[in-house]
Amino acid sequence: MDVPLPDPLRPRIARVRSTHREGPEVCTLELETDQDPPAGFAPGQFNMLTAFGVGEVPISFSGDPAEPRRVRHTVRAVGAVSSALVRLHAGAPLGVRGPFGTGWPLPEAAGRDVVLIAGGLGIAPLRPALYQLLGARSRYGRLTLLYGARGPRDILFRRELDAWRTRTDLTVEMTVDHAARPWHGHVGVVTTLIERARFDAQRTLALVCGPEIMMRFAAEALGAGGIAPEAIFLSLERNMHCGIGTCGHCQLGGLLVCRDGPVVRYARVRDALRVREL
Amino acid sequence: MSSQMNSAHVIDVTGFNHLLGWLGERGYRIVGPTVRDGAIAYDDLAGAGDLPRGWTDEQAPGHYRLRRRNDTALFGYAVGAHSYKRFFHPPWEALWHARREPETLQAQDEPSSTQRLALIGVRACEIRAIAIQDRVLLERDPQYRARRAEVFIVAVNCTTPSGTCFCASMQAGPQVSTGFDVVLTELCSADPPVFVVRVATAAGREALTAITHRAATETEMAVAESALRYAAEHMGRQMPGADLAPLLRRNLEHPRWNAVAERCLACGNCTAVCPTCFCTTVEDTSDLSGRALSRSRRWDSCFTAEFSYVHGGSVRPSTRARYRQWMTHKLATWPEQFGTSGCVGCGRCITWCPVGIDITEELAALGADSAA
Repeated sequence: MDVPLPDPLRPRIARVRSTHREGPEVCTLELETDQDPPAGFAPGQFNMLTAFGVGEVPISFSGDPAEPRRVRHTVRAVGAVSSALVRLHAGAPLGVRGPFGTGWPLPEAAGRDVVLIAGGLGIAPLRPALYQLLGARSRYGRLTLLYGARGPRDILFRRELDAWRTRTDLTVEMTVDHAARPWHGHVGVVTTLIERARFDAQRTLALVCGPEIMMRFAAEALGAGGIAPEAIFLSLERNMHCGIGTCGHCQLGGLLVCRDGPVVRYARVRDALRVREL
Repeated sequence: MSSQMNSAHVIDVTGFNHLLGWLGERGYRIVGPTVRDGAIAYDDLAGAGDLPRGWTDEQAPGHYRLRRRNDTALFGYAVGAHSYKRFFHPPWEALWHARREPETLQAQDEPSSTQRLALIGVRACEIRAIAIQDRVLLERDPQYRARRAEVFIVAVNCTTPSGTCFCASMQAGPQVSTGFDVVLTELCSADPPVFVVRVATAAGREALTAITHRAATETEMAVAESALRYAAEHMGRQMPGADLAPLLRRNLEHPRWNAVAERCLACGNCTAVCPTCFCTTVEDTSDLSGRALSRSRRWDSCFTAEFSYVHGGSVRPSTRARYRQWMTHKLATWPEQFGTSGCVGCGRCITWCPVGIDITEELAALGADSAA
């Protein structure tokens, strides 16, 4: 008899250690698992989280990969399952499967400038990459974070962002779609920040995460700035169910996004993203 | 021994019955074609008497009828709506259940069935379909792997292709060449029929040794060969060309997609009858107390709106996009994902489409009026 492989479809049971409200309907859950050693993850990867009795959804890691015992996920309440997850209190059980998918190409970033472009909740899957880049700061060239949110209230990780903005080895630019309360920053979509940002196109690697339409225009703006499609990476969102490439829901052309993504090279998906309803 | 592997033998209907008996004695659950609800379905067989003896089928786009043959052939028909997929990758299955107590939560796997399975009368297209599902699921899905572990396959060379068959143009049949223990070719020149038998595995050889058989004559082998040649030449349909991926990739915006979308009901019948379609979804349930929790998995279809749902809406709201997804996946992106075409040429999607959409015709239309 072969030794049975661990069942990738059965969730491990974890507990919420703490919750942190980030903004309207958005909450970061820190999990406690009895997994020893902890699974660890690459920035950009995701877990399938189960709200027991409700369902399961893919949620990216949003914590620091250097702290594998502090598993953090930032969730926005948009459907039945994510709403149930956001309502969980410390001590509540939830199911965890993963980590799944591809991560940001940080080894490829060594010696290069890196620009991270986030739209809305897209800041969450980029945060682990930023932690890792800052954790080995001398390994990289110039670091830039461009972040667009709907409004000032929707800016996530506010305190951390304020701390990052004081650093001299990281440029942080923020913009909001519209500002209803006093706001002294930029107003406009995140692509306008790309046009203003200064970077050396030949040595820059771009990591982009946000709504698909925002990523398309961001990639085009980066391209117009001289960055090659091979140096631009997107984190795709599709209906990921199984995480192992067998349920078929997350296809984008030939890609099984849960397995071949979510992080993909723009060159690989540029044509597919231009086909409506692919 | 090796000469027995390569040589042809002959058994009669009694010998065939003994083969089923031999499998039953060894604890195999025996599954094969039988007549149910006016069609040929795959179900448990108590003996050869349960096979569709003397029946054949008439198939065309959106059309299926059973007809009487004028002999007592056991395998004188093509494939019906069922495929063997349902036995390895079932339409519905429980994945796990859990119990929530005030202080604990325990999850348990559902017990998986490990009964040995003998499949009877498996056609070349079915064997190709099983091989394709193996490529997709065997390494990734433990439930599938458990069900595939102990399987005995009695294959049948197809000598009666239907009006919607095109396995020859997919290089999947009608002759069975791999993936079986025993393969039969039914000779209907005799009535009751006799079967030319070849074995491919040690288990197949053991089975043949246990039943009454004799060496096949040159004439019998020639008749079997000509029956297969006849089948290959009498496919009701033909797929135009083998490497279809470039054609589909060039034509993602072809007007033909609009035309087919006007006919397509997005009912998902084609995905339900397809022997290779593997997509599934999961459902979580709890009882009223919220203590008893469970997750099940069932077949899903890329023709539903929910299939591609991400918050905010479906990625493919139109029928045009869903039909395009299904067909391009089957013929163009499947090879990219799994190194094989997703189509075996069984024709089920044509026969069981309520409006008779024909995948070979749709593809030919793209090819005839292709974007440069």
